[in-house]
Amino acid sequence: MPKLTINGVELEVAGGTSVLQACEQIGVEVPRFCYHDRLSVPANCRMCLVEIEKTPKPVASCAMPCSDGMVVHTDSEMVHKARKSVMEMLLINHPLDCPICDQGGECDLQDQAMAYGFDRSRYAEMKRAVTDKELGPLVKTVMTRCIHCTRCVRFVDEIAGTPELGGLNRNEHMEIGTYVTQPLTSELSGNIIDICPVGALTNKPYAFEARPWELQKTETIDVMDAIGGNIRVDARGNEVMRVLPRLNEEINEEWINDKTRFACDGLKRQRLDQPYVRKGGKLQPASWSEAFSLIADKLRDIAPGRFAAIAGDLADCESMFALKSLLKLFGSSNIDCRQDGADYDISVRAGYIMNSSIAGIDQADAVLLIGTNPRHEGTSVNARIRKRWLRGGMRVGLIGAAVDLGYPHRYLGATPQTIQDLIDGKGEFAKILQNAKKPMVILGAGALARPDGAALQTSVCALAEKYNMIRDDWNGFNVLQRAASSVGGIDIGFVPQSNGLSTKGILQAAETGKLDVVYLLGADEIDMRQLGNAFVIYQGHHGDKGAHRADVILPGAAYTEKNAIYINTEGRPQMALQAVFPPGEAREDWKIIRALSAVVNKPLAFDTLMQLRALMVEAAPVLANMGHFVKADWKSFGKPGSLTTKPFHNVIANFYMTDPISRASPTMAKCVAEIVPLTMPEAAE
Amino acid sequence: MGESASAFRRRVLVGAKSDMIEQPKSFSFTTENLARAQRIIAKYPEGRQASAVIPLLDIAQRQSGNWLPLAAMNYVAEMLEMPRIRVYEVASFYTMFNKEEVGKNFVQICTTTPCWLRGSDEIKKICRNKLGIGVNETTADGKFTVVEVECLGACVNAPMVQVNDDYYEDLTPENMSKLLDDLALGKKPSVGSQVGRRGSCAQNGPTSLKDRVKSNA
Repeated sequence: MPKLTINGVELEVAGGTSVLQACEQIGVEVPRFCYHDRLSVPANCRMCLVEIEKTPKPVASCAMPCSDGMVVHTDSEMVHKARKSVMEMLLINHPLDCPICDQGGECDLQDQAMAYGFDRSRYAEMKRAVTDKELGPLVKTVMTRCIHCTRCVRFVDEIAGTPELGGLNRNEHMEIGTYVTQPLTSELSGNIIDICPVGALTNKPYAFEARPWELQKTETIDVMDAIGGNIRVDARGNEVMRVLPRLNEEINEEWINDKTRFACDGLKRQRLDQPYVRKGGKLQPASWSEAFSLIADKLRDIAPGRFAAIAGDLADCESMFALKSLLKLFGSSNIDCRQDGADYDISVRAGYIMNSSIAGIDQADAVLLIGTNPRHEGTSVNARIRKRWLRGGMRVGLIGAAVDLGYPHRYLGATPQTIQDLIDGKGEFAKILQNAKKPMVILGAGALARPDGAALQTSVCALAEKYNMIRDDWNGFNVLQRAASSVGGIDIGFVPQSNGLSTKGILQAAETGKLDVVYLLGADEIDMRQLGNAFVIYQGHHGDKGAHRADVILPGAAYTEKNAIYINTEGRPQMALQAVFPPGEAREDWKIIRALSAVVNKPLAFDTLMQLRALMVEAAPVLANMGHFVKADWKSFGKPGSLTTKPFHNVIANFYMTDPISRASPTMAKCVAEIVPLTMPEAAE
Repeated sequence: MGESASAFRRRVLVGAKSDMIEQPKSFSFTTENLARAQRIIAKYPEGRQASAVIPLLDIAQRQSGNWLPLAAMNYVAEMLEMPRIRVYEVASFYTMFNKEEVGKNFVQICTTTPCWLRGSDEIKKICRNKLGIGVNETTADGKFTVVEVECLGACVNAPMVQVNDDYYEDLTPENMSKLLDDLALGKKPSVGSQVGRRGSCAQNGPTSLKDRVKSNA
């Protein structure tokens, strides 16, 4: 624990802390370009120079470990002179194109030049120009602006695990690039835009769209997967311009995946902005009252068991709760929020959430992945596993489709048989699990949708218990859900009650004419042909598969357009805030259901969002822990059944298009055309 | 002529547009070179094979005719289990790795101050007149590529050129001309000083410690 003095303030820091980190601890700001908390330290930009007494020269504080008795000055004349010189060097080849640069207004170089730059240049030679690199549809490059901090190189190497960027050539000719023209294949590539301290790497779809100071910033939650990444939605007027990550150490740290970041242009296309009703086989624009009265006609004398509802991947807790309450008033419990048809045991909460929590991965020393490709099903989870793997001393095993996870792992097998082998203690990985102090298993929700999903859940539960994964201080059983609505839907009870039908049952009943009305709450991933002759109400925000099949369309709000609660795969409830208004006639989803309940003469017991939430929290008390991870009590769970020998397959064949928003996004379409053939050849065929 | 000297340097020495050059489809070491490569890899501790990247690239360059195709870099990357980009970084950092096909005789004329003072401009002129190519160009028959380089460390015997692995020193327009003729005919001229100087002895013979030199003269 070295003690040192910084600007006259004495402090004690943990061993291995760098001078720069020590400065941050006491709130002393040190300018930097190459240093980044989460990346290795190359100390090549030299901007963080400080004066340390008894050293002859200024010292790069990011790479200098604190030692006892050090006396540091960050505000001396020597420091200022040194930093000014560094800044002058950096600006020698940097173009003066801030007025046309997308980084303008949020540029580290611009900001620090305000503090350390000269007001004119002494450099009379020609500036160098660098050819721009083609990095694919997401990242725009203006390489002349690059100051060679190498943050992007280190990011793709260390965090993303796809070493494709490098520093090529030398000295005056040095360039950052891929050498061979090819798009970046990482699903985290958008983050290099954020970490680039200058305007060399910028957001390609957002190029020349807006200035940061024009944007209304809303801190909200991502729903593209079940991770619930914390994001900031930047809007101008009523238009979402871009999505940026927000720091949350427990979930996404400061990274988001490319779908979260770039699919937002899908919010402007294919939108349902007014109600539609099917007349003469064709969907015709209609008013809300027309649409509601048509539904009221259909529901007037409906028998209790002939009404069903399925919630889609992006449904929020409030609307699911409202719809569940509505169906209850009709005496129907045919509801399911698992549109993939999964039918596993949900009687124990620990059986369907990620009990170790995402941050818990940092402590694990053995990870067994079953039937999942976390790289695509939960990118933040995969980034955590990689981060943990980089620290050393962790083994990863994979049972499922053979995929590139971005870190070395043992491939154990393709079928559920391997799970049984592990339970029987067979194989090398069984020993690894046996000897691990904090082993964890991550079961993909996609695998749970298999016909033997319930048996799979049961046997993985047995596996977790056998390898001592369930203890007072550790719970290593994890389900990696795929949909933002899954845990929320199960928690508030949007699942078949008593003798109600599950998704599979609903579809079978509809196909055989045993259902009159099916209410799809943003459910697009089901086989629409199975809905048979049922009267289909589709409530959602995009004109996707569900809307095409619908008899009545009720235009709802996308996740950026409503205040809503989502529960992520850890079981952590989080609040999404409204950034913009729904387009046209579209409304917030719970309000639509509340209004409909009045039209059908079964008014729901709430009039405001607050009343709804109060009722919802009463039904699912876990919702009261907003933003927090709550441990779930353990009890053995599972349904009897036998494992099949069918191999697991890759559940997400095409990472860039998994929901109505990303399917409507032109940027995602470009990714599918340019990146998918390189990374997911089977999806491209 | 066509492209400028700086554009050439970018293309050949810097290799920024490697994928625009016609590249052989595949590459693999000959049995002999494979054995050499494995000997080199074995010098480094387990898990540190990447240290062998420069010698392996050198072997690959020699095998491919004094240049390094993309396929060769990828082959070395795979052999050393390192990301391709790390190999590209190394290959592009060192200008002695040629990223484009060069002539059979890779003539590197030193034009740094000592050679320049001793007449390297004349040597360049001879190359232009005899081969019909300027600096950074390759003859149509693929026999010669001429490039300008910085100091190669043979200043005492300036001016000098390096052809492939060999130094030719004490050049004059006449002996340079003959040198090029011999190389064109596929002969192997004697390396080192072209005026019969021994090592880097003073041009008019030894001037000091003569009594000791006599004994082995």
